[in-house]
Amino acid sequence: MVLPDHALINTIIAGKKLIYKPVVNPIMLFQKSLVSIEDVSTEDIEEIFRISDNMVKALEAHKNPHIMDSYVMATLFFEPSTRTRLSFESAMLRLGGSVLSVSDVSSSSVAKGETLADTVRMAEAYSDIIVIRHPLEGAARLATQFTGKPIINAGDGSGQHPTQTLLDLFTIWKEFHSIDGLTISMVGDLKYGRTVHSLIMALSRYDVTINLVSPPSLRVPEHFLAKIPRGKKVKITENLDDVIESSDVLYVTRIQKERFADKNEYLGLIGSYSVDERVVEKMKKSAIIMHPLPRVDEIKPEVDFTSNARYFKQASYGVPVRMALVSMIMGVA
Amino acid sequence: MAEKTLLVSKINNGTVIDHIPPGKSFKVLSILNIDSRISYTVTVAVHVMSRKGGFKDIVKIEDRFLQRDELDRISMVAPGATISIIKNYEIVEKFTVKIPEEIVGIVNCPNQNCISNSKEPVKARFIVRSQKPIVIQCFYCQKQLSDSEIVANL
Repeated sequence: MVLPDHALINTIIAGKKLIYKPVVNPIMLFQKSLVSIEDVSTEDIEEIFRISDNMVKALEAHKNPHIMDSYVMATLFFEPSTRTRLSFESAMLRLGGSVLSVSDVSSSSVAKGETLADTVRMAEAYSDIIVIRHPLEGAARLATQFTGKPIINAGDGSGQHPTQTLLDLFTIWKEFHSIDGLTISMVGDLKYGRTVHSLIMALSRYDVTINLVSPPSLRVPEHFLAKIPRGKKVKITENLDDVIESSDVLYVTRIQKERFADKNEYLGLIGSYSVDERVVEKMKKSAIIMHPLPRVDEIKPEVDFTSNARYFKQASYGVPVRMALVSMIMGVA
Repeated sequence: MAEKTLLVSKINNGTVIDHIPPGKSFKVLSILNIDSRISYTVTVAVHVMSRKGGFKDIVKIEDRFLQRDELDRISMVAPGATISIIKNYEIVEKFTVKIPEEIVGIVNCPNQNCISNSKEPVKARFIVRSQKPIVIQCFYCQKQLSDSEIVANL
């Protein structure tokens, strides 16, 4: 396999010729699959930030970098997720590549009983990179065993969703130009929320303070807490007021009604964890509010107009971060 | 010195599994498919005082020698068990069962939402994260299993 010489690859972004500087190990992600955030080194994350930032500038200037004209991405979505699928497809199209999409499982060969292994082998023949979303945990890992082409996990059941984590990290980095030194408070359903688990693991690589705010019934599972490296500053509390003033990032997640047998308990909790103007007033001026979306009641619409709201911005980074990731994996970034 | 008697008599040919944690011999029998249909003799001693102190179980199987995957299964329920291969009343080989680094096709993943439980052409696969106490992790869904969960899913 011939590796591309990154020092020689020039890309036209934002009307300027940007020469990518060779980094210490520029090809860590080259032709690699991304199944879990743990597959990505901290150096790679820094490189993803840098290239994503270039992509943001390119998009803002309406200059799509056509660096993937001869590449095809297959998106295999075995469960509906409009947002994730559209952002992957938009990313590939803006890079100048093409997209093959299986979005309606009922019309595909899967409905006829084909295994995921065979579907992946088929997609391998037709594409250069494969994006998978599947209701069963471990599906993306399994897919990597049946193809030599890179696989990107776009969510597997309640397992991993690493591209969401990357865009969450990028949002924080973009705001603060660093992740070290920040206090990040996560609020809501910390038991079942997969985005939260991935994000905590990724954040624990940095020098951060992590506050975990949830009702006792939705606390981060013990076995998961055990995975956080020793010495990390982690605070567990039920009370949002305990952490609100010190937080740089307030990461809010949805509390799902179906997790509660008692509807009154749910209604009581929703009130105590919802972010409204009263909460925002206590926050640092520079602090930001994030949410993986869709939201229901946990952030009041009045908050959308405050200078702290970043959740729509965060969602918009889905495209540039995926552009960076795909181009790095294909070796054209 | 107290008179030493053997609780279970010596065997001529076969396998002795010693130092099984007390009570786990039944699981060992089940792993080895030892039931009423067998054609050889098996003797079992449960809750025997060990020379090292504490208690243990012992299983002696006449005229049967164990395969690699059977030893791997035993290592899951009885880590530290010793295997003696007996020929002509003599121990010709003795070793402690060893937990393999990867466990393939032995333990099923209890997560019903794990892809390894679907019709895909793969065997359940676990990576050993800790030997003592034993903790294994599903290669696919990342679920971690400890002692009792492993035994329940053999």
